[in-house]
Amino acid sequence: MKQSKRTPIALLLMTIIGAWLFIAAPSGLTTINISTDSDIFKLPDFGVNIALICASALAVQVAGFVGSAYLVLARNRKTPRWVVIAFAAALVIEILVSLFAGKTMTFTSLLQGSLALAVPLIFGSLAGVLSERVGVVNIAIEGQLLAGAFVSALVTSLSHNLLAGLIGALIAGALVAWVLAVFAIKYVVDQIIVGVVLNVLVIGLTNFIFSTLMVSNLPLFDQPDRFPTILIPLLGQIPVLGPVLFNQTLIVYLMYIAVAVVYFALFKTRWGLRVRAVGEYPRAADTVGINVFRTRYLSVMIGGALAGLGGSFFTLGQVGAFGKEMTNGAGYIALAALIFGRWNPIYAAFAALLFGFAENLQYGLAIIGSSVPSEFLLMLPYAMTVVAVAGLVGKVTGPAASGKAYIKS
Amino acid sequence: MKLELRGITKRFGALVANDNVNLVAQPGEIHCLLGENGAGKSTLMNVLYGLYQADAGEILLDDKAVKFAGPGDAMASGIGMVHQHFMLIPVFTVAENVILGHEPTKFGGRLDMQAAREKVREVSAKFGFEIDPDAIVGDLPVGVQQRVEIIKALIGNAKVLIFDEPTAVLTPQETDELMAIMKQLRAAGTAVVFITHKLREVQEVADKITVLRLGKIVGEADPKSTSSELASMMVGREVDLDVEKSVAKPGKPTFKVEGLSAWNHSGTKVLDDINFEIHEGEILVIAGVQGNGQTELTEAIIGMHGKTSGSIQLDGRELIGKSVKQVLDLGVGFVPEDRTEDGLVAEFTIAENLMLDRSDRKPFAKGLNLQLGYLKQFAQEKLKQFDVRAQSIESTAAQLSGGNQQKVVLARELSRELRLFVASQPTRGLDVGSIEFVHEQIVATRDSQIPVLIVATELDEATQLGDRIAVMYKGKIVGIVPSSTPRATLGQMMAGISA
Repeated sequence: MKQSKRTPIALLLMTIIGAWLFIAAPSGLTTINISTDSDIFKLPDFGVNIALICASALAVQVAGFVGSAYLVLARNRKTPRWVVIAFAAALVIEILVSLFAGKTMTFTSLLQGSLALAVPLIFGSLAGVLSERVGVVNIAIEGQLLAGAFVSALVTSLSHNLLAGLIGALIAGALVAWVLAVFAIKYVVDQIIVGVVLNVLVIGLTNFIFSTLMVSNLPLFDQPDRFPTILIPLLGQIPVLGPVLFNQTLIVYLMYIAVAVVYFALFKTRWGLRVRAVGEYPRAADTVGINVFRTRYLSVMIGGALAGLGGSFFTLGQVGAFGKEMTNGAGYIALAALIFGRWNPIYAAFAALLFGFAENLQYGLAIIGSSVPSEFLLMLPYAMTVVAVAGLVGKVTGPAASGKAYIKS
Repeated sequence: MKLELRGITKRFGALVANDNVNLVAQPGEIHCLLGENGAGKSTLMNVLYGLYQADAGEILLDDKAVKFAGPGDAMASGIGMVHQHFMLIPVFTVAENVILGHEPTKFGGRLDMQAAREKVREVSAKFGFEIDPDAIVGDLPVGVQQRVEIIKALIGNAKVLIFDEPTAVLTPQETDELMAIMKQLRAAGTAVVFITHKLREVQEVADKITVLRLGKIVGEADPKSTSSELASMMVGREVDLDVEKSVAKPGKPTFKVEGLSAWNHSGTKVLDDINFEIHEGEILVIAGVQGNGQTELTEAIIGMHGKTSGSIQLDGRELIGKSVKQVLDLGVGFVPEDRTEDGLVAEFTIAENLMLDRSDRKPFAKGLNLQLGYLKQFAQEKLKQFDVRAQSIESTAAQLSGGNQQKVVLARELSRELRLFVASQPTRGLDVGSIEFVHEQIVATRDSQIPVLIVATELDEATQLGDRIAVMYKGKIVGIVPSSTPRATLGQMMAGISA
């Protein structure tokens, strides 16, 4: 079989970007700060020569492109994954150093912000994985997130109990998912349409209750407590990674567990095998006595509950109040992360982290007053994603029966 | 275990698919259920397997009445089924497919894949299958996939094993091997129920034959009956199984395919250097197991396939690079393999379907206006000429039976000035009466000195209809041989071994 020329072409395009950055590279230094106060040992700030970094990054890119082109065209072999990873890493470093030219890049806080933005995305993509793996397309992630954010804020404000708020978020997300499931499974309605309608419905509903009820008495209805950050001893003191990963709220720790549990459950347990069977070929599952409908309901609703939990991070983890449409499209980005992550919870989590990083980069640059237009930066992560998905991930096939209702004859 | 069906009746709306059906399958016996497409064989077995609920009647196992709410119950009672369309998940491994539904687990619901592999190996060894439990099912050849289905049924400790049209997708060699497996199962004391419409297979393995027609049991047949006796029982009248055909009088080779290759959208080569020519007044049959490039070949000729190279010439004119419309206008008649999907617009009336390809020209259209009066007259004429049984020309294609749908397609395609006629599996899923009619039309087309290309997946049809046979395997033509070539040789060619 002939290898596709897609990868070398994508690498060439990105090498051109890298070359342009190198040519445009200003002389001078970018200062990088990677220490925080809690670290066991402190690393000093250090400056890097932009032109030097760009030159070495470009060298890696050219080598990667030439190698890939040689392998594909002359040897008819695939480009090894490590080449692609090294290439991408070089490009990212080059972009970062160029963007922060002459300024200080506080690397740790950049990553901290990225994780914070990624948390709802990761929960959302888990909801998508659980739903699509069992054969139901979940466009309603956005609605599930928003419902979770809203209910957790309301419940916590009224009860002054954070755990009650979390449980409320779980139920809210599961409920939205249940509606999706009923229409998709029982009434065989087009799943994409139900999903979109549900999103609009949840936006309308939360907006309505917010403006008519909550606004009248904000201290009573919309001032939930927030989860405190918990610093995990030792782990939290590792330089760079410690403050990013292990100085977080309960919701974030639950997220780590959720990613691991969903992965394990889907790929290592009987339940997961049945879920995937139903999502691939429901009739085959039916003929061996698996209850297709029950499996679908359960998996979609567990996913919805997780998305609800992700929604609570907006209110109980970050802002400390509900705001209209505060999820702001995170559900759709989660959907992209799920596809980018090939319907695998771990890959999807990394994809979500990448999106979170891209979004946060733009805030970071705004703060230091970068000369690059913010609109351009806003676009960059998505443009990169398109190139990455089209060029490097290639054709991905989701669960075969995803989006198709099962009709028992 | 003895299986008995007593008075099973199953209705779908007004249609009675099974009408008071009785059947007994004894252990250590192969019981053939013979009937045409649409006779109600699969419905009956789906009732037995718990997929459908019967409206009346009962199922007895070892003389005890049982009720199956779903396939799970049937499996638990020792009934296994090898489905016509495999119930396998292509992206799963063999072991995962086999254990699905009754998975061995360790603490905490964890899958015990080691135990699963052992089970697969155990059953494979018993039947001499060599199957890697970790192979991905979608990568396996169809014949091997079927064995995975068999293992799957046997691992559930099936005492009654139903084979639903199992040979439709197999090469002749694979069919022989399957027969041997059935005999092995019989020797081991399993009650085997074998559903088929192929007489040759019935004669080879059946201990008992029950014939089903239009949902009713017609009677039992002696396993030593001749083919024509079985066929008349199945159809309900005397049938002539042979195609009436005079000796071909081939003229000039007006249709030539040279060095034709084609790729699918993921870049895999699906046609590999195809070369053949067809003379005027000759039928060339493309034989082979389904999925070996036949579909792509007909699509390439008609101009529907995306990426092709090489040359296809009709009357000295190149077809590659031409649009479907241009190809049809050069006088190509085409009967696609899937009538309802590609041959007809199901929701359109018969009349509308008859003018699909010529609705833009005289006499069917004048300027922007359709000439509905002419269309009506034309459609009525064709209905009569092709013996289409329909209420009126205003009936939709979806309301017609498969045989009548195919007649509509033929009526359209044969009513043009033809220079080439291409038909892909023209008798697939048709009743015997319609098959005879379609064969007559094809032979008549040949006799009017038109080159004819037929894709056939059944060897009997290939040898009876063809003047020459080209066997395809994995996108290549293995060889082109006269239709008098022995069955065994053709079978080997279908497995890729050139004669």
